[in-house]
Amino acid sequence: MYPDNYRYTKEHEWVHVENGIGTIGITDHAQHELGDIVFVEVPKVGTHVEQGKTFAVVESVKAASEIFAPVSGEVIESNDVLTSTPELLNSDAHSAGWIAKIKLSVPEEIDRLLSPTDYQAYLGEG
Amino acid sequence: MALLKTPLNAVHRSLGAKMVDFGGWDMPVEYRGVLDEHRAVRHGVGLFDVSHMGEIDVRGPQALDLVQYVTVNDASKLKLGQAQYSALLYGHGGFVDDILVHKVADEHYFLCVNASNQDKDYDHIVANNRFAATVENAGPRFAQLAVQGPLATGVVQKLTDINLAPIKRYHFVDGHFSGAPARIARTGYTGEDGWEIYVAPEHAVRLWNEILTAGKSVEIIPCGLGARNTLRLESAMPLYGHEIHASITPWEAGLDWIVKLDKGDFLGREALVKQKQQGITRKLAGFEVKGRGIARDGYEILANGVGSGWVTSGGPAPALNKNIGMCFLPLPLSEPGNAIEISVRGRGVEAVTIPMPFYKRAR
Repeated sequence: MYPDNYRYTKEHEWVHVENGIGTIGITDHAQHELGDIVFVEVPKVGTHVEQGKTFAVVESVKAASEIFAPVSGEVIESNDVLTSTPELLNSDAHSAGWIAKIKLSVPEEIDRLLSPTDYQAYLGEG
Repeated sequence: MALLKTPLNAVHRSLGAKMVDFGGWDMPVEYRGVLDEHRAVRHGVGLFDVSHMGEIDVRGPQALDLVQYVTVNDASKLKLGQAQYSALLYGHGGFVDDILVHKVADEHYFLCVNASNQDKDYDHIVANNRFAATVENAGPRFAQLAVQGPLATGVVQKLTDINLAPIKRYHFVDGHFSGAPARIARTGYTGEDGWEIYVAPEHAVRLWNEILTAGKSVEIIPCGLGARNTLRLESAMPLYGHEIHASITPWEAGLDWIVKLDKGDFLGREALVKQKQQGITRKLAGFEVKGRGIARDGYEILANGVGSGWVTSGGPAPALNKNIGMCFLPLPLSEPGNAIEISVRGRGVEAVTIPMPFYKRAR
């Protein structure tokens, strides 16, 4: 369920880092909690995002939720498919439902994130 | 304070519902998902636990006089077994609550009120009771199940000997529902045909399960407060705390049709007459979002860049495939066809005022 090579936040985002580029999304737990997702606001390419700050908005039928960047850096690609098919976040949060790719400016930030084991333990506590 | 629970609380949890604190009640917001549940009610049938709703019994030789004095609609027009949408107002003309008044007998009126307003409404009615009438906070005596959707009647009919077909909208009968004494009313908060069934709490779990079984062939599903909200929003039905509250009058909320100024004196009448003479300055309006974004409760409305009002309820309209909402606007702007902007996270999103209701069922 929670890929080994991803890192997670307590706010339920994931990041998968390859060659200094982090692909970011929300976790399966997050999409389940939100319910039917009907709107996604992805960040513009070129935007600088900071770890822990809002970088996207995901809206369910019920409410709008801010999504926090798990790492800092520059947005080099956004998943525009989500604009027309936001329900991808429900059906495939860990893969096709990725939100943005970020060129990491502080690679060591990744060390502050949760491993899949720690994240699932965290979910278990809640 | 611990959350209040309906008799079906454990059933909701066993069905895997997401639970939320709704005005102090631990209630299911969704089971399978708001969109599926919304669709079920628009095209088939859904079952809601609305046992959190409050009930107030008014009885006695002057029960009608008391009801007439504290409500805005004309309860004297009600026939036995008929219900009407009405409201309780303060002397200044603002809403205490919106309610349903049922005429059970000449000396017995049954009010269905909003869950979180139950105690406030009861106190308000008691404080204004200068009549030969008794007022009972009857909430604890009732659970309420709502079976809603175009296929609802067929499902409810399976569980009662009462012939439901002749019962018109906003009418009810007292009888038996699967062996339990029940008040079966053709009312609802979804904009569809449907029934609201009042029973003693000890029967709630059994009847809930029997309704689900009776509706299996038409794919009935349990529905939560999430779908209840999107359904009532599409039908432009007001929600207390949003479209109506103590600072809003019926004229402003577009509820002129429930106010009967000629029925005699009632609480708030004087203020309403005065406001009618002076004219209102703001009014509830419907809108459709044209730009990219979803308007949510509380978002600011801009007209020509100037703050002009606020969204009272907003969100997606699943049956209409657009984003809609209701808002208060200065009077001229509240007419359909006006361009407005909604401030969505600091960004102006284009919208246009449109007539309400947004959705109307086929008859």
